[in-house]
Amino acid sequence: MTRKLLSDYGMILVLLLLCVFFSVLTLKEQMPRGSAAVALLTEQINNEFKKSDIILAVGAVNKNSASFAEKLGEELEKEGFSNTTVVVGVPRDLRLALDDIRAKGGELAAIATSGDVTKWGVIELIPEKYPEFSGCKMLAPKSYMWPVFLKRSNLLAIVDRIVVIALIAIGMTMVIITAGIDLSVGSLIALSAVIGTLLMKKMGGLQAPGWVVLVGFLVGILSCGIVGALGGFVVARFKVAPFITTLGIMMMARGLAFMITGGFSIYQVPKALPWLGQGRSLGIPNTVVLLVVLYAVAHIFMAHTRLGRYIYAVGGNKEAARLSGVPVKFVIVFVYIISSLAAGLGGCIQASQLNTGTPNIGIMYELYVIAAVVVGGTSLSGGSGRILGTLIGAFIISVIQNGMNLLGIESYTQQVVLGAVILGAVLLDKARSSGGMLAFLQKKKKY
Amino acid sequence: MIVMTKEPEPGNSLLLEMRQIDKSFPGVHALKNVSMKLRRGEVMGLVGENGAGKSTLIKVLGGAHLPDAGKILIEGRQFHIPSPTAAQQAGVSIIYQEFNLIPGLTVRENIFLGREKTRMGFVRAAEEHSKTLQLFRKIGINIDTNARCSELTVAQQQTVEIAKALSVNAKIIVMDEPTATLTTQETERLFAIIRDLKSHGLGIIYISHRLDEIFEVADRAMVLRDGELVGTHDINDITLEKLIEMMVGRPVESEFPKRSISPGRERLRVEDLCRGKAVRNVSFSARAGEVLGFAGLIGAGRTETMRLIFGADKPDKGRIFINGRKTDVRSPGDAIRNRICLLTEDRKGQGLVLIHSCRENFGLPNLDRFVRGMFLDQRKERKEFSGFVQSLRIKLTGHEQLTMNLSGGNQQKVVLAKWLARNADIMIFDEPTRGIDVGTKYEIYLLINRLADEGKAIIMISSELPEVLGMSDRIIVMHEGRVKGEITDVANTTQEDILSMAIA
Repeated sequence: MTRKLLSDYGMILVLLLLCVFFSVLTLKEQMPRGSAAVALLTEQINNEFKKSDIILAVGAVNKNSASFAEKLGEELEKEGFSNTTVVVGVPRDLRLALDDIRAKGGELAAIATSGDVTKWGVIELIPEKYPEFSGCKMLAPKSYMWPVFLKRSNLLAIVDRIVVIALIAIGMTMVIITAGIDLSVGSLIALSAVIGTLLMKKMGGLQAPGWVVLVGFLVGILSCGIVGALGGFVVARFKVAPFITTLGIMMMARGLAFMITGGFSIYQVPKALPWLGQGRSLGIPNTVVLLVVLYAVAHIFMAHTRLGRYIYAVGGNKEAARLSGVPVKFVIVFVYIISSLAAGLGGCIQASQLNTGTPNIGIMYELYVIAAVVVGGTSLSGGSGRILGTLIGAFIISVIQNGMNLLGIESYTQQVVLGAVILGAVLLDKARSSGGMLAFLQKKKKY
Repeated sequence: MIVMTKEPEPGNSLLLEMRQIDKSFPGVHALKNVSMKLRRGEVMGLVGENGAGKSTLIKVLGGAHLPDAGKILIEGRQFHIPSPTAAQQAGVSIIYQEFNLIPGLTVRENIFLGREKTRMGFVRAAEEHSKTLQLFRKIGINIDTNARCSELTVAQQQTVEIAKALSVNAKIIVMDEPTATLTTQETERLFAIIRDLKSHGLGIIYISHRLDEIFEVADRAMVLRDGELVGTHDINDITLEKLIEMMVGRPVESEFPKRSISPGRERLRVEDLCRGKAVRNVSFSARAGEVLGFAGLIGAGRTETMRLIFGADKPDKGRIFINGRKTDVRSPGDAIRNRICLLTEDRKGQGLVLIHSCRENFGLPNLDRFVRGMFLDQRKERKEFSGFVQSLRIKLTGHEQLTMNLSGGNQQKVVLAKWLARNADIMIFDEPTRGIDVGTKYEIYLLINRLADEGKAIIMISSELPEVLGMSDRIIVMHEGRVKGEITDVANTTQEDILSMAIA
């Protein structure tokens, strides 16, 4: 089982390796700030202090430690610590609070923070400037070591960043399995976004209700589907090379997107537009939900339906497939339609993420999409490849980009590294499938 | 009984010696201590069933595989042959079934590919040209040296390969199934060339499934079975029956199984079928329960006619009646739905998706029957395939084995399985036994007879006249796209009768 998984999805090893690599490099001291940390600290205070003790819950004007201080204050209040004060602000605010307590003649028992506040100068100066408070205790939840890379927010960012490319790569995988290629997807992103947002603008713009967004999206996606059907027809009927056909479409679609908007971006869009690209359902970004659902559907489609099997057969040997009764032309038109629909959907997500429709989005995306597919183990010569492999390929690209961002590598270097890693990953996969590095290097021409 | 011939005399007559070659692949012991000797001016016939180890032995000699153990001596010197280039330098040239010629280059360019005669980086075409002509004269052939290889016939390409081998001073030439796609006259010409090469002192290893050719052209024959050398015999000391017995490992009764014939109603009728010059006004009919043979030279239009019936090409005109009803067959899918199937002559190019598994290839034309709701019922597919693996005795490591890794006979059985599962009424076999070993051939003949007995109409194209005569109940002979004649009294017909119809 494991062996089959590894042979089908060998790239998963590369992905894991990259994750480990970036995890180690981004290992950093982390301050817990969640509700669990609040509960823990409350319990500690409950055990060590009397209900009447004066306690300061301090947070900096930074979202995390401030909300921590507020939550802690609430909890302590509930427990009956009536002399708790919540201070959220800059160091000066803490000094004012301390002056206030001194003026009232109270005795400070403890300062509770979520960590970063302990480095404030005011606190270090307490023994000197407030000798009467020298008995006060500094309380903070225990810090721990954890890679920035593996933080939930970062993991979601990785998915969020790749979602458009990963979605389009579903269609591209099918096209490449038929031994084709679709260069038009980058331009179709722009075409779909522009058509969709333009329609939303015409149907009421900013004040338009949510269903207008849906209509805009559908029209944008379907327009791309029609373009894809035309391209597929040219490839299947007139046997024009897919590279040339889609290169032509790529140029035409980009030009159309600029023509439609006159080169400008469309900003008068409904308020509901960002829901798809930026919204969350049950705490999970909608894009992630969409990605998971579509990949599951595509995987089942390719592995367990008749049409899926036909797609592999057409790429493996077109003539043998035709003579086995496979409707080859239909299959080819179908995959280009799917690829274009996926690009159209990608355009909608992109428009939603940017909250605008711009004709120059998606440039070079076709190359990233193809890279994801190929890194995922699909052969450009057709007939073999896996949908889930493509997902892994897309993640490899995203993880590399994200990791380098975290490490502060500038963008020019990032391009060089990304290109090299894509090449290296594919070489590694070839080596693995030809029985180890040594066999790979000694490999001779077969005949 | 296995009799070894006398060891050849030592001295300079010995050209090649392979000593105790052993080679294993994961799961297969392909060669077990195989030894052979080849003398100057000798043709060694190398025979064996598919998977016996012939190709492996040749690939070891040609540098495509390194042996696990054993030695290769050429003219008494030991050679290590790790690559095809090393083989060439050692004087070994191998002519594979799929030629290594580049279609877009001319004959001359192909012959000197990689070894161009140049001066200051420029190709000296005139010198190459005269050298090529010299070579061609030596083996008595006449081909335009400036023709593109794509314009040549298969036989011409083959002679170019031979010329190429001679141009690198090959001492040993290996020919792998050289006559598989040649016509009778072309084969005769090839044999003349081989005899000429012999007289020049070259050693030739000749691999063929056509045993009559071995008897015609070889001096000795060596038989491999399951990776072992069964024996090497002087060709004058052995009979055909004995040779087959050595290959198969058991006596084979008759070459063609007999059966009783009782043709039923008409299954297929074709009227006035035309397509360009390839198929001209072809009309015939096939009845349930009969085997209808199609004879003719290569290019006579037999395959092209069948492709029209199967919907693979579009006819210019003509009518097709299936079970008495006029039917438009627009695509192979249409044909399959009308219960016709076609087993193509080009197994690798048209019959199988080589990079896919046996099960997937089996399923391809049958998926409509394996659909349950929206999804494929792969359990049903596997179960049905298992049945065929057993009944056809297909040798597989598993259902998921890639068809490219099967021997020719087993590949053909997978193709058979995928079409048998359709249970068609009209089955067209185009060269069903090409490149297939004797044992499997017999199994296929039995199967064809059984299918006819079940009431199917069988159409069998074959370029092997004994096969057409042995298997058919009725024979149609084609020539240059036309039906030249029909033979109903097969029992009293000779090969010469058919040939004279097919040529004139």
